[in-house]
Amino acid sequence: MTVNWAGTAFSLILVAVAAGLSLYWGLGLERSIVWAALRAGVQLLLVGGILLLLLRPQTSLWWSWLWVVAMLGYAAVTAKQRAPGVPRIVPLALTAFVLATALSLAVLFGLGVFPLSARTLVPIAGLIVGNAMTATVLAGRRMVEEFTDKRDEIEARLALGQPSQDAARPYVRGVLRSALSPQIETTKATGLVFLPGAMTGLILGGADPVSAVLVQLVVMFLVLAAASTTTTVMAIGLSRRLFTPDHRLVRLARAAS
Amino acid sequence: MDDSESVFALRNVTVRRPDPNGGEPRAVLDGVDTDIPGQGTTVLWGTSGAGKTTLLRLLDRLDVPDAGVVRYRGTPLDDLDPLALRREVGMVFQRPTPFAGTVRDNLRVAAPEADDGRLGELLERVSLPADVLGRDADTLSGGELQRMCLARTLVVEPRVVLLDEPTSALDAEPTRTFERTVADLAADGLTVVWVSHDAAQVRRVADRVLEVAGGRVRAREADDLEDEA
Repeated sequence: MTVNWAGTAFSLILVAVAAGLSLYWGLGLERSIVWAALRAGVQLLLVGGILLLLLRPQTSLWWSWLWVVAMLGYAAVTAKQRAPGVPRIVPLALTAFVLATALSLAVLFGLGVFPLSARTLVPIAGLIVGNAMTATVLAGRRMVEEFTDKRDEIEARLALGQPSQDAARPYVRGVLRSALSPQIETTKATGLVFLPGAMTGLILGGADPVSAVLVQLVVMFLVLAAASTTTTVMAIGLSRRLFTPDHRLVRLARAAS
Repeated sequence: MDDSESVFALRNVTVRRPDPNGGEPRAVLDGVDTDIPGQGTTVLWGTSGAGKTTLLRLLDRLDVPDAGVVRYRGTPLDDLDPLALRREVGMVFQRPTPFAGTVRDNLRVAAPEADDGRLGELLERVSLPADVLGRDADTLSGGELQRMCLARTLVVEPRVVLLDEPTSALDAEPTRTFERTVADLAADGLTVVWVSHDAAQVRRVADRVLEVAGGRVRAREADDLEDEA
């Protein structure tokens, strides 16, 4: 089953409904809604076009790898824009993304879950990096918030002679727990509450439901692993950057006084 | 006074802070020269924002000066292990800072091996009954919490405690209890550096007074202080 161009154009009616609602309620979001829909359309068409090139049998797989590298860089820059209060986020985010991507790709391709080809590499890497980016921004913001809110407590621990990493540990643990819980909850509720994207797409595309479920499971575990790896790398990495070598807590931009 | 007789000696110490309005950094402490003697209670007195807390934080190396040198018993702080320094120099903050868990959990942060007998003695020194050990720290009153924080600092047997306006959030009665507790500790040989803006309190607790004003520090007589800085 495929959707033709006319069908896609008709689905724009739904965007018009959203924009109309914004207009009716005076939310002032109608321009953003239309812009977001158009932008998504152009971006996806562009990506589809490039994928078409990458999937040609004569195209080298190196081009797909190059795309993966570009995604990693773009994601790190985006993370910086979305979490401006987090000090020196780019190198840390890149480390987290590379680790998460390398780990997931090694398992998936190394154990032959999927065959390594442009058709599998680019979308899977995109999925990992996209989720890793969201997790990075979330973990970065939470760390800065926690270390700003709990500044007094952390300094009280330092003043007791605790090394900075010991003083930070209870708060890092709290951040990790609260950043990972939503991901775990989503994983638990899958299938009961909603049918996730990859599976929905496959079923709409005419795939056998059981194979759709298997692919979805792999995707879900991939997302869970990517989010956990990046969140942990970010939280631990940041907890080191938020202290000086002589065990003082760095003054954060958000912190008062 | 010779540097080695004082517990802390500050020489030409300057601390600058960024201007919140984006202008040039402002010197909170501007070339401070002062000595804090190794006995009794020294009060750092001044208006809010004068730099008292900034000065106190330098003594525990929670902040470092932009220029100048701070010495502890004659040794520049840069040459000391900050963790060892902080075990000799404890600090109690303006607002109580209980950690999650019971009073026992709090007291054991710096001394995980301490048994209940030892913790009970510590609580007695800060006028708290030993049976609060098992209570959740959050259930204590403000005055009790601040004395628990003092006990938490004393667990590693520091030689000096730094108090940053420790009673500013307390009512009159718990304030007096806290003051009496600290006076007893000072009488037992603990060196106390106490930040306060309350002239009446300064007259009650101070053996000597250093006024922090205009980025400088000078010695004052407690009886000469105006009622409110």
